[in-house]
Amino acid sequence: MKIPIIDFIYKKFIKRRMTIFIVGALLVMFLIILLQKYNILNAYIIQIINVSLVYVILAVSLNLINGFTGQFSIGHMGFAAVGAYVSATITTLVLKITPNSFSHYLIFILSLIAGGIVAAILGFIIGFPSLRLKGDYLAIVTLGFGEIIRTILNNIDYVGGPRGLLGIPKFSTFPIIFVIAILTIIIIRNIVYSTHGRALLSIRENEVASELVGINTTKYKILSFVIGAFFAGIGGGLLAHLVQIAHPTQFGFMYSFLILIMVYAGGMGSISGSVIAAFGLTFLSEGLRVGLYSLSNLLKFTVGDQWRMVIYSLLLIFIMLFKTEGLMGMKEIKVLIPEEEDIHE
Amino acid sequence: MKRTSKLIYIVSIAILIIGLSFFGCKKQSNEILIGGVGPVTGEAATFGQSMKEGFELAIEEWNQNGGVLGKQIKFIYQDDKGDPTEAATVWTKLITQDKVVGIVGTAMSKCSLAGAPISQQNKVPMITPTSTNPKVTEVGDYIFRACFIDPFQGTVGAKFAYENLNARKAGVIFDVGNDYTKGLAEFFRDKFTELGGTVVAFEAHPTGTTDFKAQLTKIISNKPDVIYIPDYYNDAGLIAKQARELGFNGPLVGGDGWDSPDLFKIGGTAVENGFFTNHFSKDDPRPIVQEFVKKYQEKYNKVPDAFAALAYDSMYILLDAIKRAGSTDPEKIKQALMETNINVVSGLITFDKNRNPVKPAVIIAVKNGQQVYQATVNP
Repeated sequence: MKIPIIDFIYKKFIKRRMTIFIVGALLVMFLIILLQKYNILNAYIIQIINVSLVYVILAVSLNLINGFTGQFSIGHMGFAAVGAYVSATITTLVLKITPNSFSHYLIFILSLIAGGIVAAILGFIIGFPSLRLKGDYLAIVTLGFGEIIRTILNNIDYVGGPRGLLGIPKFSTFPIIFVIAILTIIIIRNIVYSTHGRALLSIRENEVASELVGINTTKYKILSFVIGAFFAGIGGGLLAHLVQIAHPTQFGFMYSFLILIMVYAGGMGSISGSVIAAFGLTFLSEGLRVGLYSLSNLLKFTVGDQWRMVIYSLLLIFIMLFKTEGLMGMKEIKVLIPEEEDIHE
Repeated sequence: MKRTSKLIYIVSIAILIIGLSFFGCKKQSNEILIGGVGPVTGEAATFGQSMKEGFELAIEEWNQNGGVLGKQIKFIYQDDKGDPTEAATVWTKLITQDKVVGIVGTAMSKCSLAGAPISQQNKVPMITPTSTNPKVTEVGDYIFRACFIDPFQGTVGAKFAYENLNARKAGVIFDVGNDYTKGLAEFFRDKFTELGGTVVAFEAHPTGTTDFKAQLTKIISNKPDVIYIPDYYNDAGLIAKQARELGFNGPLVGGDGWDSPDLFKIGGTAVENGFFTNHFSKDDPRPIVQEFVKKYQEKYNKVPDAFAALAYDSMYILLDAIKRAGSTDPEKIKQALMETNINVVSGLITFDKNRNPVKPAVIIAVKNGQQVYQATVNP
């Protein structure tokens, strides 16, 4: 005998992979908080996890533009810079005027959203050239855009100019970054598997054909830039409040490339790939630091910290040689795929 | 699907192994751990390399003389890539993972500014050898510095130009997008005017340009006695060359950004009759300097630059403070640091209330493609 309500709840919630994903993520979060409390995970590892999570936000949002819509954008850190400066300016200003009258975290969340919105507006503007340009040419435009943002920030004295914006409070704590990263993943996943997501995918596969079947390519390309920029802005805001300094060089094209590498190493068009690559590469970089130090102690011979980057780069080359399509290719971990998709397999 | 899950396995195992290696470090109690940070990769890699050599030379000398507090000193030097995010991670590692007694580092101000709050919060004394941004030590009372700050160099440059070079009219050209050159230029202008001279032209050039003729033409048309060029060696070399091409024969004055062998490669004979303020000169006749230069040359087979000297100094200041404190208690080390009065390579150092050093600067002249010690100027 079936009870309708329980049946409904079972079908609608428990069986849904999204529920499993959210519950799983929350469990991981509480586990990490617990381990942190009992000092099994020290501040160093928490710091690496925090940085990784910020990179997850940046990589997943770039994946929406590059991986799912097939636009070649390499100025992603420009959006992050805008988000970082806007949110950091707001929080420092509010703290200066009224140090105690508002909840700090409310201000923080609002400032992050404000940063995201300003970045999204810029994403809207940068979306326009993408209507006319493709591939390498678009790449140059986005690269130029990122550099323009950086140069402008360098010349605004109010936000510190080349000295950088200083005295940012450390509001980015692990739970906040974690929740925002999970929200980013869920929202982008929902977009990708929605009607709009199909439109984005069709633009990637063949722009002319998708236009012929009646997809408004203009709208969708801009949409992809706007959403990608919004989350990049939020990621930038989190980064500024984590490192407690926003400096123009922190958002140079080398860092845009780092995010791009994460997207490619993880797999274009795979959210889980971007997540794995963001965590993998950040932990690899720090793991090599500790590893080389232990090795030096073991061999009684100093292996300098600079060799870290050599090994890191070599590993990247090997990933791209042996898994050209990235770690995950275009595949997705099953919890991120809606049940309805299974029919197509 | 099978391949994917296999891949997830591999990745998660890899992460696990890396994670486990974090727990594998042990600490010996008969050692005192000092952390060092500097960029050994990235755009500022040469700074970090020099600093590393300076630190290690100082440690070696102390260890040969029996270490500090009867224990040997162990040094952990970490790379920050010249990236603030990386610097914050490195600082957290040194403090929470390695549990160092004090930190010396790092080269660039933006990275020191990311590390300083972490040092302050965890009460681990920190000395930055070369970060000149005044805000670094303003973070808190555990943050010290071994170099003089930008205002001081501009002031000394102006004093030298006015008193030693007898200049009355000065032209200034600086990089608008660089806080270092901008700061020097502004303080030079203020001091020079205060002394009674006139700054006839105060010209900014954008970052990354190679043609300075527009700005230089304007400066030279005002007939200055001296041109102040507080740029880094690459820009300074080009500016000097173009100034000579435009017919300026007077002296050129700069800051410590000139301190590189490449200045002559880029500037050639144009940088002759040039002078710059610096932290130290290898030709300084003081015995402590000569001994340092000799030891450094023996060990690394090259001439030490200012980064090496300042790194060497900051390590001495920290170890001296630990010795006088008589323990590794951070509160006591901080107190001892405030009472510092030690003669090191860059001069007799004491700290003012903002934990900035009070010490002299040297003036170096460029003659026949060589750096020649000219004078020591006190503040």
